[in-house]
Amino acid sequence: MKELLKLCLLLPAVALLTSCGGDGNPNKATQGAFNTNDAAAAVYVAPGEYDEYYEFFSGGFSGQVSVVGLPSGRLFRRIPVFSVDPEKGYGFDEESKAMLNTTHGFIPWDDAHHPKLSQTNGEIDGRWLFINGNNTPRIARIDLTTFETAEIIEIPNSAGNHSSPYLTMNTEYVVAGTRFSIPIPQKDVPIETYKENFQGMLSFISVAPEDGDMDIAFQILVPGFDYDLASSGKGPSHGWTFFTTYNTEKGRTMKEATASQNDKDFIAAINWKKAEEYIAAGNFEEWDSEYTNNIVDEGSHIASSETKHKVKVLNSSNCPGMIYFLPTPKSPHGVDVNPTGEYIVGCGKLSADLTVHSFSKMMAAIEAESYETIIDGIPVLKYEEVVTGVVKSGGLGPLHTEFDGDGNAYTSFFISSEVVKWNVGTWEVIDRVPSYYSIGHLSIPGGGSMKPSRKYLISMNKITKDRYLPTGPELAHSAQLYDITGDKMRLLLDFPTDGEPHYAQGCLAELIKPNSKKFYKLDENTHPYAVMSEEDVRVERDGKNVHVYMSSIRSHFAPDNIEGVKVGDRVYWHVTNLEQDWDTPHGFAMMGARNAETLIMPGLTKTLVWEPKVEGVFPFYCTDFCSALHQEMQGYVRVSAAGSDVPLKWSLGED
Amino acid sequence: MKPLSRIYILIASLALILIYFQPLWYIALEAPQYPEGVEMYIWVNKITGQQESTLQNINILNHYIGMQKIEPDSIPELKIFPFVGALLILFGLFVWWKNNPKLLYVFGITLIGLSMLGILDFWMWEYDYGHNLDPHAAIQVEGMTYQPPLLGSKWLLNFKAVSFPHIGGMGLALASFLTLWAMIHQKWAKTSY
Repeated sequence: MKELLKLCLLLPAVALLTSCGGDGNPNKATQGAFNTNDAAAAVYVAPGEYDEYYEFFSGGFSGQVSVVGLPSGRLFRRIPVFSVDPEKGYGFDEESKAMLNTTHGFIPWDDAHHPKLSQTNGEIDGRWLFINGNNTPRIARIDLTTFETAEIIEIPNSAGNHSSPYLTMNTEYVVAGTRFSIPIPQKDVPIETYKENFQGMLSFISVAPEDGDMDIAFQILVPGFDYDLASSGKGPSHGWTFFTTYNTEKGRTMKEATASQNDKDFIAAINWKKAEEYIAAGNFEEWDSEYTNNIVDEGSHIASSETKHKVKVLNSSNCPGMIYFLPTPKSPHGVDVNPTGEYIVGCGKLSADLTVHSFSKMMAAIEAESYETIIDGIPVLKYEEVVTGVVKSGGLGPLHTEFDGDGNAYTSFFISSEVVKWNVGTWEVIDRVPSYYSIGHLSIPGGGSMKPSRKYLISMNKITKDRYLPTGPELAHSAQLYDITGDKMRLLLDFPTDGEPHYAQGCLAELIKPNSKKFYKLDENTHPYAVMSEEDVRVERDGKNVHVYMSSIRSHFAPDNIEGVKVGDRVYWHVTNLEQDWDTPHGFAMMGARNAETLIMPGLTKTLVWEPKVEGVFPFYCTDFCSALHQEMQGYVRVSAAGSDVPLKWSLGED
Repeated sequence: MKPLSRIYILIASLALILIYFQPLWYIALEAPQYPEGVEMYIWVNKITGQQESTLQNINILNHYIGMQKIEPDSIPELKIFPFVGALLILFGLFVWWKNNPKLLYVFGITLIGLSMLGILDFWMWEYDYGHNLDPHAAIQVEGMTYQPPLLGSKWLLNFKAVSFPHIGGMGLALASFLTLWAMIHQKWAKTSY
C-alpha cells in the first residue's frame, strides 16, 4: 500500500519532467553571459562596489517597500508607506502623522502590493514609485530623490484595491480597481442582494507631470465582478488599460467555489482616451464622495491632509465604445501587455494554459462588432476573434507574466511552483525552472515597460519551509534571482524578503542614483518651528503647551537643560538637525514618550510630543550613532508639580 | 628696460589677475569615511569648500580637538588682500607702461616681498589653528598639535591633511618668478633685448 502511495506521489513529477518543452537537449543550451558555473561569482558585488539595479519590493502585509540591490540581493532601505514605522518616527511624529489619515480616520497599517515605477514614453524614468494599499484603498507616491513617501491618495467608492496602480506609458494615470465589489455608493443592504446591489469601480488617478501630484480624474462604474490585476497598453495599445476579472458568477459566499464556476471570465479592456472624451463632453455624473489626499510639503516636510468631496463617475452602460470584455479562461490573475504593446497575456490561475489576446484582433473585432453577448451595456467580444495564441505550459496555476527585451515571456506558476519561459509568437515553451516554493509574482527589471532588461529575473515565493534556518512557525518569504541571459534560466541566488512581496519592479541604478539627495538644505527649511542656528533655540509656553525649539548637531542638543515643565503639560520637541553633510541624521528619544523616537535628517525639523505624568528629571538622547561623542549627546528636562512656580528656563553649556 | 624684461613684467601683471578667479591654496582632509573628501579652498577674499556646507563640517570635526572655528568673516587679511593684489597689478602695468628699470626693481622687491609675507601670514594662521586649542576639548592627545602642512601632506590623527597651491597661488608664484627673472635679465644679461 505504501509503495502504491509513493508511486502515486511520484507520478505528477514524472509527468512534469516529460512535459518539459524546448528542444529537450540540454547540451544545446547556451551557458549565459556570465559564462561560469559559479553562481556566487555572478551575484558577488565586491565591498564598496555598487549593484547594477535597484529593485523595489512591496512588503505585502508589512505595508512598506524594501529597496534591494541586484544582483547581490542586499537590502538597503525599508521605506515606510502605509504602516507606521517607529524606527523612523513615521506615523508617530507630528510631521508624518497626517500621511496615514483616511476618511476612516488615522490608519496605522495597510497591505502594500504592487510597486510601479513612473514611465516616460514607455520607459522607466526613475522619478517616482507608486504602490497600492489594498485594504483601505489608497495609492502612495514615493519620491525617488529622497526615497520617502511624498503623497497618499485614498480611492473612494472602492474596496480591495488590488488591480492597482498599473500606470500608463507616460504616467498619465495610475489606476485602481475593486477586487471586492460593494454597494456603490455604500449603503445598508442584505449581503444576499449582491447581484442587485453590488458593483465594481475602476478609477483613473491623474499624475501631474511636473510634481507628481495625484488627483482622481474619473471613475468608471462596472458590473459587480472582482477586478484582480491590470496592465496598461503601450505603443499601439496606448490609451487602453486592461483589468482581469474573476467572480463573474457574482458569488458572495464560499467564493473559492462560487467564483470558480464559469469556464471563462473576462479581461476588461478600458479605452481611457474614450473615457476622457466622455468626461470632456460632460457625459458623467458628479458624485459626492469623500476621500483624503495627504501630501508632504517640500519646504517644511510637514504632511497635511485634505478631504476632497467630488468625483466624476462614468457609467459603463451609457458610454459606448469605452469598455469591452475579452473572454479569458479560468479566473485570470495577471494580465500583461508585452513590450511591443500587441499581445495581452491572461493567466487563468485555475488552468494549465495561458491565453494570449491580440490587440489588433481586438480592434478588428470591435470594428466588426463581433459580440458574444452584451453585459450591462458592455460588449463581450467573441473569444475566437480576439485570442491569438494559447501557451500549452505543462504547468498549473499561472499567475503573472513578464517579458525580456528579446521576445521571450516568463510566467510564474503557483501550483506547480515554477517559472516557465516561452516564446512570444510561436507560443512554444522554451525552458522551465522550479521555484522554492510556490511562486506568486515574478519580476524582470524594467518589467511592464517597453524596455525590459535582458539579464535577471526575480521570483517571489510564498512558502520557504526548509530553505533557511527555521525561525519557529513564522518563516520568511523569499526571492530567487535567475540569470536569463542564456536559453536556459539559471538560479543564482535565494534570499529572504521583508514582509510578503506581491511584486517588485526595478531599473538600472543609473536612472536613480545620480538624483539621490544627500541632505536637505537648512536655509530651504520652512518648518514653522525650525531654528536656523543655536542662537535661535528657546522654550515657549502657550497655556499647557510647551514648545521646545531645539537644535541638534554633533554632539549635543541645544538646549540640553530645561526646567519649568509641569505635570499635565504637552511638550512639543521641535528638533532641527543643523547638520549639512551626507549621512548625518540625529535621532531623538524622550523617556516615557508614548509614541516613538524620531529620526531627523540633516536640514529637517521633526516634532515629537511628550506628556509628562509625574514629577522628576527625565533624560532625552540621540539614538542614531552620530559621532565620537554620540553617547554624550543627551540632556535633561525637569518636571515640576502641576501648580508649581518653577520658571521656564533653558540652557546649554552653563555651569 | 630691456624689451624681454618688459614683456616679463606684462605677463607677471596679467598672471596676478588669476588670484581673483581661482583659489590661492587648497587643503584637503582625507579619511575613508569621507569618500567625497573634505576640500577647503583659500581665495584672496574668502575660504570655501567643495560644497556650501564644507566649512561647517570642518568646524564640526575640528571642535572635537578644540580647534577654533574657521570663520572667514573674522580674518582681516581676506578683506585687505584683494586691494593689495589690485595695487600690485596696477603697479606692474605702470612699470610696463613707464618702461623704467628703476621702477622694475622697486616693483620686483615689493611683489616678492609681499608674496613671502603672504605665505608667512598663511603659515602663522595655520600655526595658530593647529596649536591654540581649547583646553577643554573632548579629544586631547598628549603632544599632538594639528597644524596642517604648508606644502605636501601630514597625518593629523585619522585624517591625512594635504596642502598645495591652487591655480591662483600658481599665478602669484609665476608672477613672482617672472618678475625675479625680469630683474636678473635687466641687470646681468649681455644682450640688449
